[in-house]
Amino acid sequence: MASEAVPLTIRQNPLAVVYEWLGTCDHKKIGLMYIVYALLFFVVTGWEAVLMRIQLAHANSTFLSPQLFDRLFTLHGTTGVFFVAMPILFGFGNYLVPLMIGARDMAYPRLNAFGFWMTAFGGLFLYASLFAGDSVAKAGIAPDVGWFAYAPLTAVAFSPGHSTDYWNLSLLLAGVGSIAGGVNFVATILSMRCPGMTLGRMPLLAWMNLVMGGLVLVTISPLTAAQLMLMADRYLGAHFFDTQAGGSAVLWMHFFWIFGHPEVYVLIIPCFAFISEIIPVFSRKAIFGYPAMVAATTSIGFVSLGVWAHHMFTVGMPSYGNAFFVLTTMVVAVPTGIKIFNWLATMWGGKIRFATPMLFAVGFLFQFLIGGLTGIMLATAPFDWQLGNSYFVVAHFHYVIVGGILFSIFAAFYYWFPKMTGRMMDETLGQWHFWMFLIGFHLTFDSLHIPGLLGMPRRVYTYEAGRGWESWNMIASVGVILQGAAVLVFVYNLIRSGVRGRPAGNDPWDAWTLEWATTSPPPEYNFAAVPVVESRRPLWDVKHPDDPDSKYE
Amino acid sequence: MTVAANERAWQLPSRGRVGMICLIIAESAIFMIFVVAYIFYIGKSLSGPTPREVLAVPIVGTICLLSSSPTIHWAIASLRRGQAAAFRIFWFLTLVLGAIFIGSTILEWHHLIYQDNFTIQTNLFGTTYYCLVGLHALHVIVGLIGLALVMILALIGRVKREHSDRCDVFSLYWHFVDAVWVVVFTTVYIVSR
Repeated sequence: MASEAVPLTIRQNPLAVVYEWLGTCDHKKIGLMYIVYALLFFVVTGWEAVLMRIQLAHANSTFLSPQLFDRLFTLHGTTGVFFVAMPILFGFGNYLVPLMIGARDMAYPRLNAFGFWMTAFGGLFLYASLFAGDSVAKAGIAPDVGWFAYAPLTAVAFSPGHSTDYWNLSLLLAGVGSIAGGVNFVATILSMRCPGMTLGRMPLLAWMNLVMGGLVLVTISPLTAAQLMLMADRYLGAHFFDTQAGGSAVLWMHFFWIFGHPEVYVLIIPCFAFISEIIPVFSRKAIFGYPAMVAATTSIGFVSLGVWAHHMFTVGMPSYGNAFFVLTTMVVAVPTGIKIFNWLATMWGGKIRFATPMLFAVGFLFQFLIGGLTGIMLATAPFDWQLGNSYFVVAHFHYVIVGGILFSIFAAFYYWFPKMTGRMMDETLGQWHFWMFLIGFHLTFDSLHIPGLLGMPRRVYTYEAGRGWESWNMIASVGVILQGAAVLVFVYNLIRSGVRGRPAGNDPWDAWTLEWATTSPPPEYNFAAVPVVESRRPLWDVKHPDDPDSKYE
Repeated sequence: MTVAANERAWQLPSRGRVGMICLIIAESAIFMIFVVAYIFYIGKSLSGPTPREVLAVPIVGTICLLSSSPTIHWAIASLRRGQAAAFRIFWFLTLVLGAIFIGSTILEWHHLIYQDNFTIQTNLFGTTYYCLVGLHALHVIVGLIGLALVMILALIGRVKREHSDRCDVFSLYWHFVDAVWVVVFTTVYIVSR
């Protein structure tokens, strides 16, 4: 099973195979389950976006009712963050971290399985709401309170029935799963490294998953706390966010964004990890400034905990409150900029090979930079007073989420698919995927900045004609078609390559980290002998025994 | 990579310890949010009783809970030295002291609810008080369940010297529960009264 890359033949009882996957504690299988789960929900989220963009392509459209539209944007945001991005990044992290640090598995394999199934069940629970109440066409009693579920809209008085409870409880479950994952990442990276792998010799992917894991611990917990408070309000008659009793709706906003902002750093930091592994290999140069990358990532982790109220500039905080968050938000851009410079410096003077992973990585660099810049624009409070809650904000965060996170995830797929399956993905299909998605992405999200600047608010189900918004919305909707087609090419590539791709061998990219030292796919035990490393690029040392990295580090 | 071993032995932090500390960090964040909510709402209730009017300082419960930290520490020290009987006595003492704390909370709440008509629905103070103290009590109960499990295993002779590290990891959780009580006690019964 390890050295021959043959398609899965059912030699065993199919039920036994299912049972094996349901009960597995192996980090590779759990990683793959996370990834497949996320891909399924990715299609669902994309479909929700397609429906919304059809509705918004014209002024005064009646394609969707306002009630259905509310459920769609709530589900789209909630699913995208919690059931696409988080699981897929946890999946790659789970798969790669033990391999890259020379370990047999994660520190807590059973906790790993627990975390996955909690997340999985949370997502299924959220979508069960579609089938409760009415009918699927009217989307049952799916939540319709926005992905951030502001109070007092979520109070029983204003959201009767159980739609809010589906939001609350599904995320409570998924949150517990995420915290379990965070504990596991930190414990694994600190306690399971192979001999010789000091913290200063870990791959950057390990460092970044360490920071991400630690951030998860202090990020998800505030949301859990706020959700317990919301449950108490809705079911025990508590008054946490009950304005009638003197409670504060703004308190929910604070608690939510204390979670919500670091959460986006939880999402982006593993993406930084992928880019930090891919760019050096395809530039044939070690990463520029490893210590600075570690320091920058750690400081991003810490500073991101202090910027949350930039989501609340329009709420009416005092001027010194606003000013504080303007400054901290600008500060967090500094270490991020350092990282971008370091990636560019890695490419500078290197021998660049534009295979599909590298195409997506370079796309990430430019798009994340632009998304970050619009973020800085929004960080200036007076600017945000004009553009808060407009499509400018929507364009900004989709730039970083789709243009940044999703592009780096695509890069990771093309780079590590050979390791996970033993087969290469098709390069031609990959190029089609990249270019189609790139054009579609820019058609959609470049355009959406303009209606934002022209005053189009978020979360409106339609708009009147004659405000200059129509053409831009139409272009944005057309872009979605291209992105959808690109994703179809990608999925086709995944399936076809999994079955008939060119055999990859251990190390198809001539890379330098430990996961390429074992077979593709790796055996259940990962490494036949515990690796011992002496530098940051153990495979470089093996391939160049006359000129090992350990001489220079 | 070469097969040559490193000069010094390869030492990594114990994963039990790291894992428990991570859990404690996450739980601390949850408690911090409830404490912030409590402090934010001090003096903001529109009606109903204030802390000063209904709260009595739970001295007995507090002394018991805080004393259970040294007892669990001594229990583990005894286990490390192989003194099984001393371990069982100190561990049992820890369990009893924790149970007394929960008992005192139950008595306090019974009085508040049935005599003072003070519930989670009464006002902001009621909401934040019951949730904060209740969340802590829940964590104590989880700790008591863990203590009871180990107690049963100890009584049937299954807890040996080699398990002292695992008991130590558990004791980190118990010390955390005590530390949280110090914060909650100070905030609720001293600062806000």
